[in-house]
Amino acid sequence: MCGIAGIFLKDRELEPKLGQLLAGMLGTLSDRGPDSAGFAVYGDATSDHRKLTLRAPADFDFDKLLSTLGSAVSAHQRHDTHLVITVPAARERAVVAAIENAKGVKIVGGGRRMDIFKEVGRPDKVAARFELDRMSGTHAIGHTRMATESAVTTEGAHPFSTGPDQCLVHNGSLSNHNAVRRELAREGLRFETDNDSEVAAGFLTWKMKNGASLQQAMEASLEALDGFYTFVIGTESGFGVLRDPIACKPAVMAETDRWVAFGTEYRALVDLPGIENASVWEPEPAKPYLWERH
Amino acid sequence: MPTVDLALASLRELNATLHRLSATTNETHWHILNPRGQHSIAAGVDASILVEVDGHVGYYCAGMNKRARVIVHGNAGQGVAENMMSGRVHVEGDASQAAGASGCGGLLVIDGNASARCGISMKGIDIVVKGSVGHLSAFMAQAGNLVVLGDAGDALGDSIYEAHLYVRGAVKSLGADCVEKPMRDDHKAELRNLLDTAGLNGSVDVGEFRRYGSARKLYHFHIDNVGSY
Amino acid sequence: MTAQDRWIHTPPRKSATFDDYAIAEIRRAAATGIYDIRGGGTKRKLPHFDDLVFLGASISRYPLEGYREKCSTDVTIGGRFAKKPIKLKIPVTIAGMSFGALSAQAKEALGRGASAVGTTTTTGDGGMTAEEREHSTLLVYQVLPSRYGTNPDDLRKADAIEVVVGQGAKPGGGGMLLGQKITKRVAEMRRLPEGIDQRSACRHPDWTGPDDLEIKIHELREITDWEKPVYVKVGASRPYYDTALAVKSGADAIVLDGMQGGTAATQDVFIENVGLPILSAIVPAVRALQELGMHRKVQLIVSGGIRNGADVAKCLALGADAVSIGTAALIALGDNDPHMEDEYRALGTTAGAYDDWHEGRDPAGITTQDPVLSARLDPIVGARKLAKYLSVMTLEAQTIARACGKSHLHNLEPEDLAALTIEAAAMARVPLAGTNWIPGADKL
Repeated sequence: MCGIAGIFLKDRELEPKLGQLLAGMLGTLSDRGPDSAGFAVYGDATSDHRKLTLRAPADFDFDKLLSTLGSAVSAHQRHDTHLVITVPAARERAVVAAIENAKGVKIVGGGRRMDIFKEVGRPDKVAARFELDRMSGTHAIGHTRMATESAVTTEGAHPFSTGPDQCLVHNGSLSNHNAVRRELAREGLRFETDNDSEVAAGFLTWKMKNGASLQQAMEASLEALDGFYTFVIGTESGFGVLRDPIACKPAVMAETDRWVAFGTEYRALVDLPGIENASVWEPEPAKPYLWERH
Repeated sequence: MPTVDLALASLRELNATLHRLSATTNETHWHILNPRGQHSIAAGVDASILVEVDGHVGYYCAGMNKRARVIVHGNAGQGVAENMMSGRVHVEGDASQAAGASGCGGLLVIDGNASARCGISMKGIDIVVKGSVGHLSAFMAQAGNLVVLGDAGDALGDSIYEAHLYVRGAVKSLGADCVEKPMRDDHKAELRNLLDTAGLNGSVDVGEFRRYGSARKLYHFHIDNVGSY
Repeated sequence: MTAQDRWIHTPPRKSATFDDYAIAEIRRAAATGIYDIRGGGTKRKLPHFDDLVFLGASISRYPLEGYREKCSTDVTIGGRFAKKPIKLKIPVTIAGMSFGALSAQAKEALGRGASAVGTTTTTGDGGMTAEEREHSTLLVYQVLPSRYGTNPDDLRKADAIEVVVGQGAKPGGGGMLLGQKITKRVAEMRRLPEGIDQRSACRHPDWTGPDDLEIKIHELREITDWEKPVYVKVGASRPYYDTALAVKSGADAIVLDGMQGGTAATQDVFIENVGLPILSAIVPAVRALQELGMHRKVQLIVSGGIRNGADVAKCLALGADAVSIGTAALIALGDNDPHMEDEYRALGTTAGAYDDWHEGRDPAGITTQDPVLSARLDPIVGARKLAKYLSVMTLEAQTIARACGKSHLHNLEPEDLAALTIEAAAMARVPLAGTNWIPGADKL
């Protein structure tokens, strides 16, 4: 059980403040998700390049890894236990293979624009470790976790990446995730945790790999996934929201001409600029929503 | 008229103060500023006072309210006026799910829309929603009245007991054992009274409403009804 | 039959799978078209406290003398957040049972008896009666999915609040009361039509999930000005996770009810097949508390088939802070007493087996609303019996604890125990007697 926050900026002038706004939302949602936190930030794309977010234990030697990768890495930035590397698109596959072979380091996510950060600990502390309030971009989603049936580990924290520039956060509890995980594993997907949310992310990934659009994948999940859930999905150009048909888990949206935001509780949105005059509503159950910049 | 600014005072201080009011207090009109979505604002009040809240509130505003009049100049989160015993709660914006849940008395008026499960488990409360209500509204509704000027979502009145439901707009679907019922004169009078008490004197015609209630087929378990369970 | 015939004749053999109960139940289902409803907890044999024994004092451990060398029994529940925690004289409380399921006389007897020995009673799915509040010195008030009878006045009159997520007899199910017991008074309290079969909610109406439970508990504290401890009750199902989540939701105490825990009425198949035996649920719950640094700070009250002081001592040794009794308390009041055997036979049953409590025809006057039957239960007499029984349980637990060298029941620990079966050893994480072996210990 958890808290979810998401913000999509329509007004480019707010982009330098993106991280600050999200950090505030995550702080408020710490009560309902004290165990761990994570977020995905969508920043600038550099043409012909891709980004990868890597995560490793605190004592991991990132410098050694970087020297191994050599010229394949055009730029890198360290954020606490995470490292964001930028690689030329043509060399991405080789770099991914090299990292997957390396011990002790994991790829949390990748794409043109998406960086993912997640760690165990109170959300406000996690946000501070990664200096979220200094990050900028066009949109971001974040999550505060109260682990229900799986362990409190970094791997178990959300977001879970579902593909390049895509990730998922979840509030709720799936009831058939073990069976779905086994089927997806047979299809070749690998899972790191016992977490139901990782299964949801895997399901969407698998559908889209097989040709479905995100919208179609979300619709398919209404049939395939059983239980109670609110999903917020980050995409390269925006974000998606889906509530299960029973819709007991909360979800609040707010919109002004400068931004669209999502919060598990309205409380999370109160510091957004212009919230007093925002239109505030709740997404309907069993209906995929997508906001994208065109 | 005491004013409490929740940006400066704590919720605990506010609620403690409201709970300590004596029966003869002359502090009968309270103004709450900067609720900023906090939960349980004015929960558990038992006094004949008026509480106005300027802004959006979180969950359980006016929870278990007795005798007080609470006005929310904004939206309300989950469970507004849950288990209300008496008094009046007025939400000028929208209400989130489970509005008036298990309410036993009093009147809850929502100017905007109420979400899913409006009036769930209601036990005597009257609820008037000027907008629409979401799915599973009046679920297991035992007693009281739910009036909806807009539409109702799926499974209205699922597993209903003796509550009266009046809907002016469209009902997406009816729940187990909930059926449309004829509007007799006594129902029209009851509805008129509810609308007037909610401040809709003259602007809404009872003739535009349809009544829904229990078919009473599930009052005693019978295997032939197993499909309804 | 010739001598030869006798040699080749095999005696009739019944099936262990299709035993008398199974066969009779199939026949009954085919005849009636309805599932079997009854009261009580799981009746079939399960690994239980009988499979654990204590290691009394020997050369390396020394016992306490009786009487002079004290073995204390007090426990405080709810110190985490409440201004007024509950101080119990004995670590045995009376579990939540509704007025409706039980007669008013039974509720009064429970209140008087519990108060006489310094412990709590608990309201049930139907609300608080005036008699109950009057006769119980310490009363815990349940807030259940149905919200029958829930109101802020009773919330404030209570000494503690128990948010019920579920109970051991039916984790995932709601309350059940059939028309026979929905009398005028019961109906008024619950705001239901008289004489109907009550349908029940299995989830709370205004919150789902521990994240929203946290907000609900906060609301209940706000309404009662943070005075009273808030317990969270759950049926034994995923005790490790549920305990951790209850702590994170802000509970002062957790009430964990195993599948042997009784109910007034539910489907037999639910009682027998859903939930865990309490023996297997205690250690995971304690482990969750220990990992969060909350053992003894958030109290654990366990229930489900507690019968005597040995059971009490074993629960405490495994890490619980207190236990709760339901079925046992009713038996102390006179439920299923053999002196009424003729009446049990007339009901188609026998003393010790009577469990059709939902029919409301209890000859002992306990699980009935019938005025003639319930008048048979004298609350004062019943209270005395309950008080004596609770005192005996306490003395038994003290006897065992002294033999293990403990000056307080809470100083009992898992290392004071051995298991007689592999299942009990694995479930309670206690070595098999005579060995150091705990099956599955490496799989923790």
